[in-house]
Amino acid sequence: MTAAIRRRGLDWLLNVYGLLALIYLLVPIAVIIVFSFNNPRGRFNFIWQEFSLDAWQHPFAVQGVGDALKTSIEIAAVSTVVATALGTLTALALVRYEFKFRSPVNFFIFIPLATPEVVLGAALLSQFLNWGAPQLGFATILIAHVMFNLSFVVITVRSRLIGFDRSLEEAAQDLGATPWQTFRLVTLPLIMPGVLAAALLAFALSIDDFVITNFNSGSTITFPLFIWGAARVAIQPQIYVIATMIFLVTVAAMVLTVWQQRRAEKMAAVRPDDAELVGAAA
Amino acid sequence: MPARLRKTSLPYLLLLPGLGWLLLFFALPLVYMLLESLKTGTIYTGFKLTWEFSNYTDALKNYDKQFIRSFEYAGLATSIALMIGYPLAYVIAFRGGRWRNALLLMVIAPFFVTYLIRTLSWETILSDSGVVVSTLKSIGIVSQDGRLLDTTVSVVAGITYNFLPFMILPLYASLERIDSRLLEAGYDLYGRRRDVFLRVTLPLSMPGVVAGVLLTFIPAAGDFVNAQLLGTPKQFMIGNVIQSRYLVVTDYPTAAALSFLLMAFSLILVIIWARVAGTEALLGAEEERA
Repeated sequence: MTAAIRRRGLDWLLNVYGLLALIYLLVPIAVIIVFSFNNPRGRFNFIWQEFSLDAWQHPFAVQGVGDALKTSIEIAAVSTVVATALGTLTALALVRYEFKFRSPVNFFIFIPLATPEVVLGAALLSQFLNWGAPQLGFATILIAHVMFNLSFVVITVRSRLIGFDRSLEEAAQDLGATPWQTFRLVTLPLIMPGVLAAALLAFALSIDDFVITNFNSGSTITFPLFIWGAARVAIQPQIYVIATMIFLVTVAAMVLTVWQQRRAEKMAAVRPDDAELVGAAA
Repeated sequence: MPARLRKTSLPYLLLLPGLGWLLLFFALPLVYMLLESLKTGTIYTGFKLTWEFSNYTDALKNYDKQFIRSFEYAGLATSIALMIGYPLAYVIAFRGGRWRNALLLMVIAPFFVTYLIRTLSWETILSDSGVVVSTLKSIGIVSQDGRLLDTTVSVVAGITYNFLPFMILPLYASLERIDSRLLEAGYDLYGRRRDVFLRVTLPLSMPGVVAGVLLTFIPAAGDFVNAQLLGTPKQFMIGNVIQSRYLVVTDYPTAAALSFLLMAFSLILVIIWARVAGTEALLGAEEERA
């Protein structure tokens, strides 16, 4: 009896602890959303003054912030497309084929993830400087973003490929499909949720990156770089408004992907029954 | 896939673009940085490769404080993240039920807010006139003229927060994979909760613990944003030195040497991990291959 009570007490304590941990994770986000409605006195948006819709009505009123955001979105879009395409091919090679150097390649692809960002940024800058100082800017930022996104894409797509039912491809080939048709009509649609999740991750990482971008940006300013510059001079609530918008859009995209993935899984789950039907008919 | 295809060069063709990009813009830059770290000169006279190995000893001598501080802060933040993250991952994995996905979404929600902004948010939370400081003052944990901002506390709090999801996700992945029948077997054999946890759950979740610790520790040790925004030069870490040596002082050789030392240190940790867990596990592919 006492043991049961003690166990229930422990259960309860654990749940409360988990809840507190979640609150710890979410409070700073709440602070940002709340402070986007602040009307601060002075240059910094750190102390609550009064409720105001001003910043939401004119989110791009701060000089330069709109351009910075536009640059960030452009870089994120292009780097996402490139990194997702290259990463998906790499993941296919790693999961599908036995080849000599698979193990070292696995390791090599992982290293960028376990390298401090400051090192990634600094090394790339060393290379650009040694290449005779090409103009640092949009192109060099793009190169950097594809580089750090690649490993993330490989990992995400890979995990999707591992649970993949090969018999579907074999069926397609038995029915006379060429390898390319098999890939386009069977493989790609089935791994699409994984590819989309990877693309979403890449986009979020790219639009958020500060450290690596900071090393390779030259005079180009992305949204995080704009904040970094502003942090020394003045932080307007508009910056919080844009951060809130990015947050809401990403969460919406994330929820959509999860939902879509579930639907895809449900559709895939229908298959064994079909197999049974075929078996029963035969 | 027919056997004839496996023997072709197709896997290499698939690998070529992605691997090529990483070789060209990740591996090759490291070579350039290594050479940079052995040069002498200034931005005005130009840098010459003189194989100046003393750059390394000088860098270590001059910035030993920042190096040690980085590891202290990263170690502290990683420990706190483990203490916060493990129970949360446990609750989500074993009690989450149909809310698992929603709860995981909350765990990664901080990543959807720009890194710099969520760090600035801590500046608001820990500010001198904020709720946290005044509460801690009233119960006497912080002295009346004390503050949290611009101290070790604020920097470590920021680092812990920023990298916490990196701790929770691998922990969750390894806990979620545990076969619940093993736990039931433990209870059926009259194991007490504590015994079942210590002898079954914890050992089985160790890969997640190791992965979480590394994925938190490595970026934490290289961070400079938290120390810059939430601290003062007294809290500066090795990342701050690298950043300012590279971008402000243009003392490339020293900055490159410091980066290389940091990189070498991370790499040693990862190699140990790869030896323990295997290279497949690094990419999260422990499941049986199809």
